[in-house]
Amino acid sequence: MSYRGMAWPWGSWESCGRRLGDGPWSNKVAMGQESWVRLGGGPWGSGVAMGHRCGRRSGEEPWGRGLAMGQGQEWNRARPHSFVAGVIHPWRVSAFERLLWRACRGYLVASFVEMPEPMEDPATGETITWVIFLISYWGEQIGQKIRKISDCFHCQVYPYPESEASREETMNGLHSQIQDLSLVLEETEQYLAQVLDKVAVALPTWRVQVQKMKAIYLVLNQCSFDVTQKCLIAEVWCPVRDLTQVQDALRQGSYKSGSSVECFVQRIPTSESPPTLIRTNKFTAGFQSIVDAYGVASYQEVNPAPYAIITFPFIFAIMFGDVGHGLLMFLFALWMVVYENSPSLRQASNEIWQTFFEGRYLILLMGAFSIYTGFIYNECFSKATVIFPSAWSVATMANHSSWSSAYLATHPTLTLDPNVTGVFRGPYPFGIDPIWSLATNHLNFLNSFKMKMSVVLGIVHMGFGVLLGVFNHVHFQQRHRLVLEFLPEMVFLLALFGYLVFLIFYKWITFSAADSLVAPSILIHFIDMFLFTSNAGNLPLYRGQVAVQTVLVVLALASVPVLLLGTPLYLCCRRRATKTGHHGQVATEEQEPLLEGQEAGNSVNTTKEDVESGGHSPDAEHLDFAEIFMHQAIHTIEYCLGCVSNTASYLRLWALSLAHAQLSEVLWTMVMRNGFVGLSYVGGVVLVPVFAAFAVLTVAILLVMEGLSAFLHALRLHWVEFQNKFYVGAGYKLCPFAFAVDTGE
Amino acid sequence: MAYGGLTVPIIVMSVFWGLVGGVLPWLVPKGPNRGVINTMLVTCAVCCYLFWLIAILAQLNPLFGPQLSNETIWYLKYDWP
Repeated sequence: MSYRGMAWPWGSWESCGRRLGDGPWSNKVAMGQESWVRLGGGPWGSGVAMGHRCGRRSGEEPWGRGLAMGQGQEWNRARPHSFVAGVIHPWRVSAFERLLWRACRGYLVASFVEMPEPMEDPATGETITWVIFLISYWGEQIGQKIRKISDCFHCQVYPYPESEASREETMNGLHSQIQDLSLVLEETEQYLAQVLDKVAVALPTWRVQVQKMKAIYLVLNQCSFDVTQKCLIAEVWCPVRDLTQVQDALRQGSYKSGSSVECFVQRIPTSESPPTLIRTNKFTAGFQSIVDAYGVASYQEVNPAPYAIITFPFIFAIMFGDVGHGLLMFLFALWMVVYENSPSLRQASNEIWQTFFEGRYLILLMGAFSIYTGFIYNECFSKATVIFPSAWSVATMANHSSWSSAYLATHPTLTLDPNVTGVFRGPYPFGIDPIWSLATNHLNFLNSFKMKMSVVLGIVHMGFGVLLGVFNHVHFQQRHRLVLEFLPEMVFLLALFGYLVFLIFYKWITFSAADSLVAPSILIHFIDMFLFTSNAGNLPLYRGQVAVQTVLVVLALASVPVLLLGTPLYLCCRRRATKTGHHGQVATEEQEPLLEGQEAGNSVNTTKEDVESGGHSPDAEHLDFAEIFMHQAIHTIEYCLGCVSNTASYLRLWALSLAHAQLSEVLWTMVMRNGFVGLSYVGGVVLVPVFAAFAVLTVAILLVMEGLSAFLHALRLHWVEFQNKFYVGAGYKLCPFAFAVDTGE
Repeated sequence: MAYGGLTVPIIVMSVFWGLVGGVLPWLVPKGPNRGVINTMLVTCAVCCYLFWLIAILAQLNPLFGPQLSNETIWYLKYDWP
């Protein structure tokens, strides 16, 4: 009786797994085990029972021990025996056997056989090759012992009927049950797959719906119940321009939801400071975000972002100026802009990529301006381009000074003298002359040029910042500040630093190589101007310079007390006038914007409580004057000292552009030029990895590192040096409820 | 190209950036973005013109000339006009 030929549906049992529930499955396992027990136990058991009859015991029976069979013959003649059948974990077999033997002293016959195929343990889920055991014993007590022991060893015990026929019956019953159950499991699995497929299609919609509902409920939670407990009331900020839209929307909403009571909106007066809403489109959003990163504009103050759209990339480009690098940056940003609607670009999970993508228009403009400044600096991957012929004629100089080949051989470097006619023929029309990139003293010239350029651009930028403050003064109806703050600030800036700009331009225009030996130093003149001294070796730039400078310094110094005391005294006088006139509420109202506006002196972002300073009681006047005076004093000191330090701070434009130029030159001479050394075909092959190295280093060092560095410094210049002059930035943003998915989530 | 000193370049650049900053703003079509675009045009014109002006004025009257290596001089003597 061979059982090995039987095929069981093992495969489907494994795949059904636990998710179909332990019920039918573990039943199946149990039945499987039982059926194995039955099947295996069959021949042996019947053999024992009939052992005394059949003389033949074949050796091919995998079961049975010789001892058992031998004993069987004796037993059946004498006593009735019982069976215990079950399944045990294979690791416990030897211990079980030993214990049985010791406990029952050989009054039993135990046989163990492994299942041909492993089955899954319903408790732990591992596939184990169980061992089936059949114990034949006689005597009640032994039987009880055996059962207790098998209990201890956590064996699954199955009932084992005596007769062959009942065993066959049970087997058939088990088979049919197993088949039924496997059918049920199959059907369930198919059904489950169908349901999951349907859900997978609908799941994204459900998820979005759930998120929307959650968002709505979050907002509704912020509303409060009215007296009747039937409606929700919410206090909202709404732009005046959109008020009709809001009313329309509420009306539509009430109509669509079919409610009997209509929703309505009503304007209420408040003394709170409103939030700031600046409408942006996809282009301006990037620039507005870099301004907002420093501080959201106070309610209705002038917004520096529209100017920053151009000045920020421009200042970046001054520090980054290189045609080649600018072109690479521009193309990268162009690719991002052209494919900005592609979902793979938009929904990338990488945060760094998202940052670059959000600023794609910023990078586009930065690249474009870098190309322009690169042409002006005449640098394309650190090489100069000769668009127009150079203004310096080497041939003329060589002819004039008889630079023969022999002469050249003995002198490693020679300088062109602009005093010689024909050597210098005029300024290069667009940018820096290409001869300077070949000169060994090019840094002498470039440093002077770039330092002066940084100072000039810085002073212009700062003057522009002060000018923007005028918009604030006019808008907030504080015309006294035009005379008492804007005017002294402008006078101070222009008298000292505007004069410096004038000196720079004047020296450029009037002093040439003819008087190069006696050319005055602007820096020393500037220092002397403040100290009211004079240096004998430093010739004046123009006649009457000392007198002019004295006047300017006196003017600047005179503007300081006006700035310091003007506004406080004016306000004091005005309040006294109104108090004697009518015990005014007017004064307190006007205090609000005044105190808000005076935060212009602080460069650190003020907190909300400073803004909501409205509602001072009219009796704390003395204290108010002290506070106003203090604010104005801080503002004055910060402005005057700031003028000097911020002008110097703009020298970073020079520093970074020098660093960029030097880095790219190093990369060229040390990396790329070595690829051109070999002039053979081998050299051509060598050029490929050399170029690869050059390209990688260019992108990593010059584009990414220098780009980020220039970006950071341009940002600092905007946030501190420029916005110091007019920006308060103490507002908070309007955060309207919107279903648009935030890219951050 | 005959060097005319400062006159030709300054006229060309002044006219160009003057067009960009002074004439183009009038040609921008009316729309919500007109203000921003005009601001951008004017700012761009001012910045770029100023930058170019600084570069050319710095080279107008050089106080010293470039110092070249003898190899460069030997080559440029014949190559550059």
